[in-house]
Amino acid sequence: MKDLRLMKGNEAMAEAAIRAGADAYFGYPITPQSEVIEYLMRENPAERTGMQVLQAESEVAAINMVYGAAGCGKRAMTTSSSPGVSLMAEGLSYIAGAELPCLVVNVVRGGPGLGTIQPSQSDYFQAVKGGGHGDYKLIVLAPATVQESVDYVKLGFELAFKYRNPVMILSDGIIGQMMEKVELFEQQPRLTEEFSWATVGKKPDRDSVIVTSLQLQSEEQEKVNLRLQAKYREVEKNEVRFESYECDDAEYLFVAFGSCARITRKAMEMARGKGIRVGLLRPQTVYPFPYDAINKLAGQVKGILSVEMNAGQMVEDVRLAVNGKTTVKHFGRFGGMIPSPAEILNALEQKIIGG
Amino acid sequence: MTEEIIIAGFGGQGVLSMGQILCYGGVMQGKEVSWMPSYGPEMRGGTANCTAIISNQQISSPVLTEFDTAIVLNQPSLDKFEEAVKPGGLLIYEVNGMTRKPERTDISIFSIPAYDMSVKMNNTKVFNMIVIGGFLKVRPVIELENVIKGLEKVLPERYHHLIKLNEEAIHKGMDIVKEESAAV
Amino acid sequence: MAENNIISPENLVYEKTSVLTDRVLHYCPGCGHGTAHRMLAEVVDELGIQGDTIGVAPVGCSVLAYYYFDVDMQEAAHGRAPAVATGIKRTMPEKYVFTYQGDGDLAAIGTAETLHACNRGENFLIVFINNGIYGMTGGQMAPTTLPGMKSSTSPYGRDVVTMGNPLKMTELVAELPGTCFVTRQSVHTPANARKTKRALKKAMEYQKQNKGTCFVEIVSNCPSGWKMTPAESNKWMEENMFPYYPLGDIKVPS
Repeated sequence: MKDLRLMKGNEAMAEAAIRAGADAYFGYPITPQSEVIEYLMRENPAERTGMQVLQAESEVAAINMVYGAAGCGKRAMTTSSSPGVSLMAEGLSYIAGAELPCLVVNVVRGGPGLGTIQPSQSDYFQAVKGGGHGDYKLIVLAPATVQESVDYVKLGFELAFKYRNPVMILSDGIIGQMMEKVELFEQQPRLTEEFSWATVGKKPDRDSVIVTSLQLQSEEQEKVNLRLQAKYREVEKNEVRFESYECDDAEYLFVAFGSCARITRKAMEMARGKGIRVGLLRPQTVYPFPYDAINKLAGQVKGILSVEMNAGQMVEDVRLAVNGKTTVKHFGRFGGMIPSPAEILNALEQKIIGG
Repeated sequence: MTEEIIIAGFGGQGVLSMGQILCYGGVMQGKEVSWMPSYGPEMRGGTANCTAIISNQQISSPVLTEFDTAIVLNQPSLDKFEEAVKPGGLLIYEVNGMTRKPERTDISIFSIPAYDMSVKMNNTKVFNMIVIGGFLKVRPVIELENVIKGLEKVLPERYHHLIKLNEEAIHKGMDIVKEESAAV
Repeated sequence: MAENNIISPENLVYEKTSVLTDRVLHYCPGCGHGTAHRMLAEVVDELGIQGDTIGVAPVGCSVLAYYYFDVDMQEAAHGRAPAVATGIKRTMPEKYVFTYQGDGDLAAIGTAETLHACNRGENFLIVFINNGIYGMTGGQMAPTTLPGMKSSTSPYGRDVVTMGNPLKMTELVAELPGTCFVTRQSVHTPANARKTKRALKKAMEYQKQNKGTCFVEIVSNCPSGWKMTPAESNKWMEENMFPYYPLGDIKVPS
């Protein structure tokens, strides 16, 4: 029988973490995602599965606890919101550099600075272009529903271990706070495998394992970077995910991700009601980005509107994808403001159709 | 069928849980649902509101600026959301504490003296269930049986003895909701 | 005795523990790190826990400690070793976990991580090397630099009015209910090195009993940073560091 529930996005992700067989969660409360650690503490996963949950003294400490557990080959995760994720940038860079698997959730709120606690997508650049120092990439999943939030926790751990790379779920205040019907997957076993790259205690028949991102010789550090880049090319080849709606006959195209894609879909329905043939492409992975799919559609449509809850970030990737084939414009509300479907439709009419 | 509802009032009136109960009922009836709260300073005692959507189709936007129904339980909420009801839509308001009546003529307007009824029932905690009853009388989008099933699912077992009282409150709400003016 | 007799096995009285690798240490001549490494490695050897020990290296002179200890190790970001060790110990509770940190790592950038790990009573060992200076980056002022002591960022001596006072982290963590064994030692004489080794061994034994955080400070020298010969630096340490950072146990389990 299906395990169907009505759950908040944040709580559903917490339950998904337990069910995905996570070994450890380390986090620090911040609105709008504190329900994750609250739910985990209430559920007492140490008794359910043996999963460890700890409230750290800061986001800085939390991400480094994740590093320590991940270095032992454990399924470790943390969740935070924008200002907290900025604090984690250092740790994420080290995790990427040491090639450790982990899952980080950013329930994005408006910035910059302390900003607002209302939903936003203004951490797109931070998420997909690295965020910390050095040439590295996070694999970034952008859920648009509570169901996807749940599914991406499981998928996130799978990708993290497949590529030994940090994975980020780029959620936002809407998806974190809203309740929807969600089908939960069955409890997955916790890992028992001892990985050759993990610090699990030196065996007499092997050298000691060293988890590090440090190479004092430039030649060696370049090799590390070349290996990382080769890995990212593999990720780009294998892991692009997106959904498209009503694109077959589209004369115009919306591109939007996460919660904003749902609002945009409503705008698309309204436009179709007025006889405007517009489609919607929704990247589910924002890194790797669906460049090819958008490039293909660019040859078909008269114009593309990138709809975002920020001042224009993903639009740069859309332009890279389109490569001059057609007009690309951006429409966004930001600072915690949410665009209405009518506003989006209006922007399509003014900036693309009339523009 | 899609019903887009905003429920607004003071924190503590059970605004957020009303939306959740309707959504749970929707899940029991096999509908698509979404519930989105206002969050932030509102959570701490000021005004609170939530958007509840119940539909036969997949729900696109969980965030809306206009609604089929507004359920307003205090004056600031009436002031804020009366304008947000779609033409031909529905507004239900709690009588107690209102300093003015709704003014629109292009929507149907119902009142419900839910607070007075809850006092009569010696239990102000069932206030929001009375309001739900009033709403379901006017817009029977979910069958009562499924609302009760939803309650069974959402309430911990130790509170199940209260379900009967809640059901009674819903019936009272259905009895006392009153049409003030129909859409012109 | 002829030289080849000295190196015959029956005359061998002391040898390098196998828990240290054969790599040549990069530390400056006369620096205390080498002895401190050796004491810790010998403890791991004698307790027979090489396969059950996971270490965390800091950022500082001992950043490459993982090349010398023949145990599984992780390199932490600057100051984060206690957080990394928390992640390790919480998910591998049956392992012996230690951090090895200098004064900048532990007492400046990592103060929060250190205090909170100790306050939670994380069951691992923190080895704190305090030489009152930033060695790796070239002799800048540390949080533990003594009043009036010269460094490249306090060239006229540490002025406590503008630069703050030396931080006694060890006394601080001893106040926390989470710590079980807190001691301050040195490795500049054979007798002191032996005492340090006994302290480290006790700490590992307490870890096995899940008694809370063990914190072993080793007051050490920095001939390069202090611009002295090794012998001068040891004398200077005795005369100046020890009065401010007195040796001995500060907290022992009841």
